[in-house]
Amino acid sequence: MRASLQRHFYVAQRATALLLAPLVVVHLVLIMIAVKNGLTADEILSRTRGNVLWAVFYGLFVVAAAVHAPLGVRNVLREWTPLSQQLVDAFCVFLFLLLLLAGLRAVVAVY
Amino acid sequence: MTNKISVSIWRGKSDGEYQTYEVELRENQTVLDIVTEVQRQHEPSLAYRFACRVGVCGSCAMTVNGVPRWTCRTHVNQVTKNNSLTIGPLRNLPVIKDLVVDMKPFFKKWQTAGASFTGGKTRHDPVATISSESPGRKAADAGIECINCAVCYSACDVVGWDDSYAGPAALNRIWTLVNDERQVNKRAVLDAAFADGGCGSCHSQGNCTRHCPVELSPSESIAALKRSAFMGLPKTGAVESNKIDTGADRES
Amino acid sequence: MNPLRSHKSYLAFVGHRLSGVALALFLPLHFLLLGTAINDADALQRALAFTDHPLVKVAEWGLVVLLTVHLLFGLRILALEMTSWPSRYDNRTSWVIPALVISLLAGVIFWLQS
Repeated sequence: MRASLQRHFYVAQRATALLLAPLVVVHLVLIMIAVKNGLTADEILSRTRGNVLWAVFYGLFVVAAAVHAPLGVRNVLREWTPLSQQLVDAFCVFLFLLLLLAGLRAVVAVY
Repeated sequence: MTNKISVSIWRGKSDGEYQTYEVELRENQTVLDIVTEVQRQHEPSLAYRFACRVGVCGSCAMTVNGVPRWTCRTHVNQVTKNNSLTIGPLRNLPVIKDLVVDMKPFFKKWQTAGASFTGGKTRHDPVATISSESPGRKAADAGIECINCAVCYSACDVVGWDDSYAGPAALNRIWTLVNDERQVNKRAVLDAAFADGGCGSCHSQGNCTRHCPVELSPSESIAALKRSAFMGLPKTGAVESNKIDTGADRES
Repeated sequence: MNPLRSHKSYLAFVGHRLSGVALALFLPLHFLLLGTAINDADALQRALAFTDHPLVKVAEWGLVVLLTVHLLFGLRILALEMTSWPSRYDNRTSWVIPALVISLLAGVIFWLQS
């Protein structure tokens, strides 16, 4: 049980990494284009409002990042802080939910 | 004029301190020779461990100028800096006294990680024929010959950070078992490699491979174990390919 | 300098980890900021106003560099774990410096654009 859980965590983190890699490249290119002439709400929203493609793109991004980040943070807290495993796991579940909910809310907000 | 070298050696347990000795430099002198000379000439109570003196037994590993090394095969002139040498006990293991560490955690984790061979045959069965050309044999070949010196265990930061981490040597051994055609129930061996403190804890810092005195690459073995989470068990070579390679079919 | 911590693959580890922690801290804020647009665009515009501050500009630049660092060092990890190594000892340390250079270039482009 314990063994398979750790393997699932490992596979989940690497699988989301594989997914995030191309998404991050697109996001970086978009940032470079978007910052020209400053960031304005109108410019961001004109791109995303009613655009299903961007909604799916960032929806995927949010889900993948919400899985990927807490698993990484879990390792950091385990190794670099004296926090107990239960506390670390509880925090990572919280971070997962925060990223997932706040992220999906953001995707909905700009859609 | 005799050439001398300033040698700082750890004395005491974990709350000990370095003491400095002036030791004569000689031709073809190893770090272990230096330690022996200090013990014989300067500090009879100095505790250190060695047996074979030729790089086979794996018992003389120490931290030399901040790096874990097999001291019997490390020449003084390779590692001396500014005519001085700092010799301490291995990192990541409890210090018993001076240069002697307690190797128990190292071997204990080796066992709990399941890094020991289990065969399915008895002495009455014929000896298994393993082709030297089979992928399993080649992969295992790259990882065997470990002398259990704990240099990799001492070099690894993750071992120091995560008490549950099995360490490079045990995981490297698991990779050789997974590639051994004679090993039974490899699926369980692989599952154990993914338990808490298993291969998933490795961050590929590569200190194990950089410092392994017998030039194994535990870092590569662990990466291969991780890969098997996606790719499944590695192919070890089918029975039909277990012909003895006579070289007859090789292009000249 | 600790000799066990002053080499390229260790640098890649530290770069990957610290950039990851920074991104994990930034991401909730990023999402909450964009989430302000849920009611009206003006709320997002008001929230975005603070991005004109020079210090925020520097932070943004840093995040672009860190995201690129995390991406490229992450690709190195994936290469190490998903593909067989060129040799037993080649843990692709030759990627480390180019990854840092590319990340800084991404930062330069961001700086020129903004």
